[in-house]
Amino acid sequence: MADAPPEIEELIALMARLPGLGPRSARRAVLHLMKRRDRLLVPLAQSLAAVGAHIRECSACGNLGTGDICTICADPARATGQLCVVADVADLWAMERARVFAGRYHVLGGLLSALDAIGPDDLGIPRLAGRLGAEGVTEVILALPATLDGQTTMHYLADRLAGVRITTLAQGVPVGGELDWLDEGTIGAALRARRDLE
Amino acid sequence: MTAGAIPLRTRRFAGQASRMIEWHDEGIVLSARPHGETAAILDLFTRAHGRHAGVVRGGVGRRLRPVLQPGGDLAVRWQARLEDHLGSYTVEPLRTRTALLDHRLTLAGLSSATALLALALPERDPHPRLHAATGRLLDLPPDPLPWARAYLAWELQLLESLGFGLDLHACAVSGATEGLAYVSPRSGRAVARGAAGDWAPRLLPLPPVMLGQGDGPPDEIATALATTGWFITHRLLAAHGAGPPPARARFLAEIARLA
Repeated sequence: MADAPPEIEELIALMARLPGLGPRSARRAVLHLMKRRDRLLVPLAQSLAAVGAHIRECSACGNLGTGDICTICADPARATGQLCVVADVADLWAMERARVFAGRYHVLGGLLSALDAIGPDDLGIPRLAGRLGAEGVTEVILALPATLDGQTTMHYLADRLAGVRITTLAQGVPVGGELDWLDEGTIGAALRARRDLE
Repeated sequence: MTAGAIPLRTRRFAGQASRMIEWHDEGIVLSARPHGETAAILDLFTRAHGRHAGVVRGGVGRRLRPVLQPGGDLAVRWQARLEDHLGSYTVEPLRTRTALLDHRLTLAGLSSATALLALALPERDPHPRLHAATGRLLDLPPDPLPWARAYLAWELQLLESLGFGLDLHACAVSGATEGLAYVSPRSGRAVARGAAGDWAPRLLPLPPVMLGQGDGPPDEIATALATTGWFITHRLLAAHGAGPPPARARFLAEIARLA
């Protein structure tokens, strides 16, 4: 049986490295692209080239943008004194989708992890500490996952970022959630964080 | 296909199903790593099968991710076609230990205990006493000082279960059971203060809290953990070519805060 041309094999090998794709699914995706050359393959190639050429990491917060400084950091209206620390760019985008936060962000790029040997130096924490004074930050909101690594990172940051108000997101019942489906830890956290009805 | 023939897929499935190996157990989550888009590889410390890995389908999804947090207790069914296959887990939560995440000392202790187990436990080798001791430790309320004392007892159990137990009942030199003040790094046996002589500077400290005596203040616990840490580093983990996990250093730092 004849092999696919080397260009196609190379594309399959590259796509197989994407999350959720293996060699077989990458092969199917490439064949799908080839069948829709004008409507999908060429625009995708152009889009990838544009992203590769223009998108870069914001030198201040780690968000993705087209300039050295992202649009959020460049906006003077967002210098509210509040800095929201998130683990990844996806978390920043989630916060922005919610449209509930008017301050600036800092993307750690991961979490401290004993298992994966990720330490403070891997997360650019000194850069975060440097922003506090430079940008007049009065409150750091730690919007990190309620996991072992997330909480460990939170406590580490709380130690390193002394001299500024440190807050974390509340934990409890999600919107649409039912008590019967919640674990006892979440129920306990929700009860401790109860508030008066207005 | 002739009339009445069984489709190939059905025949193969039926054949595989008849050869599947399966067991049920309970286990403590040590770690869960993403595998592909939706699955996770679960490293579990089970009661009857020791540390045992397996794939959990949907393990990184919204429903299962909270269940697979380190320290959580699960009822599991493991299935594989051959004994030495990675196999797959079906999991059901028994209890989470999220209360330990609330306090920085217990959080660091939970992290240290699960990281040590993941580093030191051989795969598929049951250690029921260590499993029970781990469950007892993680079930304690997040009260820092009692929890730190219990953690020390757990590290002693870890060393004993994995073949490096300390013999602290009597002096290795004189046989005395009173005045025990040191541990020999060579034998792991206690040494009385009077019998240590010129060797004292080369011995490891044996604070009363290691003997279950006194109320175990934080500085004593820290000293005791330095001694267990020596055996963990030079005996338990030396064979693995690894040092103690950073999480243990964080736990020691939290105990120093208590002092």
